Amino acid sequence: MATEQHSAAPPAKGGAAPRPQRGGEPPLTPEEKKLRRRSLRYRLDTKFSPYGFIAPFFLFFAAFGLFPLLFTGWASLHRVSLHSPTDMEWVGFYNFTRLLGDEFFWNALWNTFIIGVIATVPQLLMALGLAHLLNYKLRNSMMFRVAMLTPYATSVAAATLVFAMLYGRDYGMINWFLGLFGVDNIEWEAGSWTAKIAVSTIVIWRWTGYNTLIYLAAMQAVPKDLYESASIDGASRWQQFIHVTIPALRPTILFTVVVSTIGATQLFGEPLLFGSGTSGGADNQYQTLGLYLYEMGWTNFNLGRASAIAWSMFLLLIIIGLVYWFFARLIGRSTGSKGA
Amino acid sequence: MSISSETATRPPGSAPAARPDTPDGGAPSRRRRIRAGGAGRQMHAGWLTYVILIIFTIGSLFPLVWTMFAASSTNTRLAQTPPPFWFGDDLWNNLDQAWNTANMGTALINTVFVAGTITLSTVLFATLAGFAFAKLQFRAKNVLLMLVIGTMMVPPQLSVVPLYMAIAELQWTDRLQAVILPMMVSAFGVFFMRQYLVQALPTELVEAARVDGANSLRVVWHVVFPVARPAMAVLGMLTFVMAWNEFFWPIIALTQQNPTVQVALTGLGRGYVPDQGVIMAGALLGTLPLLIVFAIFGKQIVGGIMHGAIKG
Repeated sequence: MATEQHSAAPPAKGGAAPRPQRGGEPPLTPEEKKLRRRSLRYRLDTKFSPYGFIAPFFLFFAAFGLFPLLFTGWASLHRVSLHSPTDMEWVGFYNFTRLLGDEFFWNALWNTFIIGVIATVPQLLMALGLAHLLNYKLRNSMMFRVAMLTPYATSVAAATLVFAMLYGRDYGMINWFLGLFGVDNIEWEAGSWTAKIAVSTIVIWRWTGYNTLIYLAAMQAVPKDLYESASIDGASRWQQFIHVTIPALRPTILFTVVVSTIGATQLFGEPLLFGSGTSGGADNQYQTLGLYLYEMGWTNFNLGRASAIAWSMFLLLIIIGLVYWFFARLIGRSTGSKGA
Repeated sequence: MSISSETATRPPGSAPAARPDTPDGGAPSRRRRIRAGGAGRQMHAGWLTYVILIIFTIGSLFPLVWTMFAASSTNTRLAQTPPPFWFGDDLWNNLDQAWNTANMGTALINTVFVAGTITLSTVLFATLAGFAFAKLQFRAKNVLLMLVIGTMMVPPQLSVVPLYMAIAELQWTDRLQAVILPMMVSAFGVFFMRQYLVQALPTELVEAARVDGANSLRVVWHVVFPVARPAMAVLGMLTFVMAWNEFFWPIIALTQQNPTVQVALTGLGRGYVPDQGVIMAGALLGTLPLLIVFAIFGKQIVGGIMHGAIKG
């Protein structure tokens, strides 16, 4: 069927346009009437069917994305209790001003930022290096790719439970391994920095392979003659990586940085399950914004303030997005025409 | 025409240039260096590359393998000083306990149903919208596409409070529709299908079907779906993995009475289960279905992520 339609393709372009012009004053035979009706239906169909096709997505998005987003903003201006969520008492910006003076909020913001940096920067650097290695001609290259993507199939919950055990103080595998080198047992969960590092490694473990594949795909799309001319100019492998691969990957790197930032801002499951409870450690040393939101809403029953936290996360993302956009333009302009 | 055919010879010309390194006839070193560099990705990996890749492969797989060792161990065995590096004898016992204390049976059935429904609807709606954005003309198309991309940036935290109010009002707590409905479409899916169909679906094919008198639905059914099938399969697998692992909203909307796998695992991890082996057995049960999917379709999933990335 497909080929039959394909052979009919050429007349399609010319055929559709002239028809309305021909149908002027002269008498209409029944056949022409039929044709005209058909062309009306055809035009209605082509005009409205695209909206029909995108309607389900936008309806669901409006109902479960846009409306809740706006309503969260509305709720953040009220006092709302988890116990009777429909009783909303107007308080203006009180929830936001409370947040500004709330040390736990600033602590969570700081933790989110630190964990985000420790989790994202090494992860993307490793992914870049691994993608470079996978880009060589390899035996079993597909095996390596699948193996490195496997952590992506492991859920946050399962991965965190496993890592919490690996990071155990007395019998954890990691302390045992470090002990081989004479390092004393580390209280990973209790320390401020150790806990942040431990939580970050869960993120790194789950996402490095995924980002590796994205970089690898982008590397394979780099035109080969760029490398050819670089090597004719005498560039070493390392120089080619720095001067050809990295500039060609700039849009992809920006993309992964944006996606990772969004992910880091919402970090929730790892700190929730790494310890016990919603506080993110005894001293809140690894409580993130996402976790604080959950604690505020579902442990302290304060949905209004939880909404305010959610909206501050959103504003934060917008600010970060603008900063990235600004940098992307700055870099794009300074290096000339390279499409970003 | 003759001019364009001359320029067209260049791309094929560059491919053979990369090929000759198979019959390596002791070429002079200068030539070889140029060829090796010029081939870019064709360069052969040295042993160090393999060593590094193998270390990272072990790093990726070890926590999962260790989960199996731990899931088959008792607490005493896990407390040995060189930790266990092999299977113990208590796998069935631990699985049995995890199954009963964490409601794992219900959780698995629920998750298959939830993730399956989400996958079907996401793929269907993403293909329809992706087709419209890729091949059809309509007003405000570019603005709407930007909106789709923009929605990918909105974190789910921004909708939990109103959604919670809604399910409290509707008394949908612990009902599966509470976790299915908000996840029925995905902006990523729309974008993914659009990127695929822009390249894979020839516009003439759609126009030809139109000329033959097919209406839009018939075009979708007879032209778009057959062409889109490989991408639909990949999007389906990616969506299934994401839906299976969905965490934040299910934790809020469901309880241990009627959990998904992630909710059950959370209960297991935060409850007072004294046996570490049981917790690991639960983690194993909740992960194994996806690992099986990965073992079978890993290659396609890798290909799908890489394909989606090129235009990302």
